[in-house]
Parts: sequence; C-alpha cells; structure tokens
Amino acid sequence: MDIKVLGSGCANCKSLEARTAQALAGLGVAVEIEKVTDFGEIASWGVMSTPALVVDDQVVVAGRVPSVVELTNLIGSTTQ
Amino acid sequence: MSVAPPIRRTEPSPWPGLFAAALLWIAVYAVNGRWWGWLIGDVVGLDLESRIGSAVEFFVYDTTKILLLLGGIIFVVTVLRSFMSVERTRALLGGRLEGVGNLAAAGLGVATPFCSCSAVPGFIGFVAAGVPLGVTMSFLIASPMVNEVAIVLLYGLFGWQVAAFYVLAGLVIAVAAGWIIGRMRLEAWVEPFVYETTLRGQTIDPSRGLTWTDRFAIGREEVSKIIRKIWPYLLVGIGVGAAIHGWVPEDFFTTAAGPDNPLAVPVAVGLGIPLYSNAAGILPLVEALHAKGLAIGTVLAFMMSVVALSLPEMILLRRVLKPRLLGAFIGVVGVGILAVGFLFNAIL
Repeated sequence: MDIKVLGSGCANCKSLEARTAQALAGLGVAVEIEKVTDFGEIASWGVMSTPALVVDDQVVVAGRVPSVVELTNLIGSTTQ
Repeated sequence: MSVAPPIRRTEPSPWPGLFAAALLWIAVYAVNGRWWGWLIGDVVGLDLESRIGSAVEFFVYDTTKILLLLGGIIFVVTVLRSFMSVERTRALLGGRLEGVGNLAAAGLGVATPFCSCSAVPGFIGFVAAGVPLGVTMSFLIASPMVNEVAIVLLYGLFGWQVAAFYVLAGLVIAVAAGWIIGRMRLEAWVEPFVYETTLRGQTIDPSRGLTWTDRFAIGREEVSKIIRKIWPYLLVGIGVGAAIHGWVPEDFFTTAAGPDNPLAVPVAVGLGIPLYSNAAGILPLVEALHAKGLAIGTVLAFMMSVVALSLPEMILLRRVLKPRLLGAFIGVVGVGILAVGFLFNAIL
C-alpha cells in the first residue's frame, strides 16, 4: 500500500499525518507515510485545499482532517 | 481503482446538543456584564469608577465577551462554510469573464473555507484550470481580508456599523484590485511551472457527503484550533487595552493620530504588514486607542493591512508570483487600503 499526505507543513497537515498513522496502526498495516510538500506536485494531484490524503494513487481526502475512525474506514475500504 | 463507498453510520442526533449549547451561550452572554460588575464591585469591593476597578472590569468583561463571540460566530460560520469548497468555487468561476468574475470571486472568497497555507495550491489550481489571473487575485485578496475573526472582533468592539463598513470596503478593494491586476496583463510574471502543471486525478470536493454531525465536529475543531492559537495575543491585547482604559487620558491620540493627521493612515498600514497572527491581540488594543482618540479610518486601515498584506503569505506567494507581480499585488492592495483609511477618516 502507498500512502501520501499532501501539505506544506501547516498544523492541519501534521494532524492529518498523525491521525493517518493511528489509523494505519489500528489496521495493523506497517507502511511508511510519504510526505509531499512541493506545491507543484500537490497541485498536480488536483488538490487545491490542503491537507490531502492519497491512498494507492487515489486522492481520498482533501481540505479537511477526518477523525481516526473515518480514516480507518477510508483506508480500509480502499485497500479491499 | 474504485471510489470509496460512503460510510453509513448510525449516530445520535446532534440537534439537542446544539440547542443546549446555544441556550447556554445566550445565557452567559446576557449575564456577562452584570456578573462581573457584581463580582468586582460587590464581592471584591473595587470601585468600578476608579482606575484599577475600571481596568479590571474592562479586562474580564471584554475577555469573556470576545471569547463568546469568537466561539459562537466561528462555529456558525464554519458549519455554513462546510457546504462550500475551493473546488466548487473554481467550478463556479470557470467560465466567467473579468468584471463579473472579479465580483463573484470576491464574494466566494468570503463564503469559501480557505486557509493561507492553501494559498499556493489554490492559486495553481485556479490558474492552471483557466480562471483568469485578475479573478484569482480577487479571490486571494477577499479571502483573508474579510475574515471571520476580524469581523467578529470589529463587531464586538466597535459595533455592527464598523464591521459592515469593513466587509463592504474589503469587497470593493478585492474586486477593484483584482480587476486592475487583470487589466495590467501580468500573466508573464507568474512562475512558468504554474502553467505547466497538469491536473491529473479526480478532484475531491471536501464539502460533499458530510452529515450534520460531521459539520458540527468540523465547527468545534475550528473553534478550539483558533482559540488555542490566538488566546495569548488576545489576553495581552486586552490587558494592554485595559491599562490604557484606566490610565491614558481621554483624547490622548486626538492630536497625534486624529482624523486630521495625513501620516497616521500610511504609518498604520506600514505597521500592519509584518503582523499576522497577532491580529486578534492587536484589535482590543486598537479599540482602547480608538476610545482615546485614534481615528476609525486609521483603525480599519491597520486591521486590513494586518490581515491582507501579511509577510508570511507574501513569502508563500513568491513561490508562484515573480517579484514584479508580487509588487503589483502589494502596491494595488496597499493603495486600496490607504484609500479606505482616508475615506473613513473623512466621513465617519
């Protein structure tokens, strides 16, 4: 599985990264979260509001920080 | 690759909780003045007409009132804004011509949830999708300037007329400045990588598929995030304001920075540029200065400069704008703010 957090390092990006890590730990998935901070690359994902979460080359969240429960559901349903 | 199915959850209705919170808010707001007057005047035994008594009362009353206003209004605004998104705004601005487009962009700048950390991806997303540069600029100017924290504080400290003038002036500046930048044909001064960015992947619209419980949770998180960020500045600002209330003589600033001093507005705008997160702390202070004779136009110009011409956002925007375009942006917006300051000093 490939997980990316897109964001320039704002407070919301860090909190999305932390919650994603919790969700992954809950799912028992050991995978490195890749941080994408380059604006050109963020924009090329079609993302205009940060932070955003990309799971297996698919943007699943943009512009908000969901709860750990919702992230667990999102990541879980994308991988199956 | 399939789109994740919407998650169905059974959750309790969020409305009774909201209703209880609203009642509590109204009750606390209604008794705020009497409660502190009673506590400080009758229980602690300070004379509310004395310097120390009026300063202490101003501090606790204003702190409570501003925190209530911030909490209540940020919550309502955030919940309403959760129905809008930058993605929808871009779709709405797509086919617009300049002029009407600038007007729509400024209005949407107020309604759309947008933080300055998204200014650069937002700018790229707009321009790469074909929204005209000047229209994009109207959005980028209106969004931080007509900002809910500034409006709430202006309303709480100066009344609704000043807050309404501020919103109107902010929209006029955003429309006019964006239109002028569009007319200047500065597209060549955008960093070339912006036009080379190809938008792949499907756009996720954060405003879709949320329940009321989700929207209320977003509202609560926003309130706690903003208050955690600004409370130290708020307390220092109100504290200094309280000291000014008690100790600085009436009309102290009338001669130095009253409506007749032409230098007051430019100095206020210049002081505002390096200040950013301190906006919340500066306003209670500025209110105290205004009570001692600082002109209202100067106050509004200062406020606009703090939120619309912030140094951190300029540094971010430098990534996508070449210096000449960034200079035009600062120049046009700065002139607009100066004009608003002078106008309000003359008419209010």
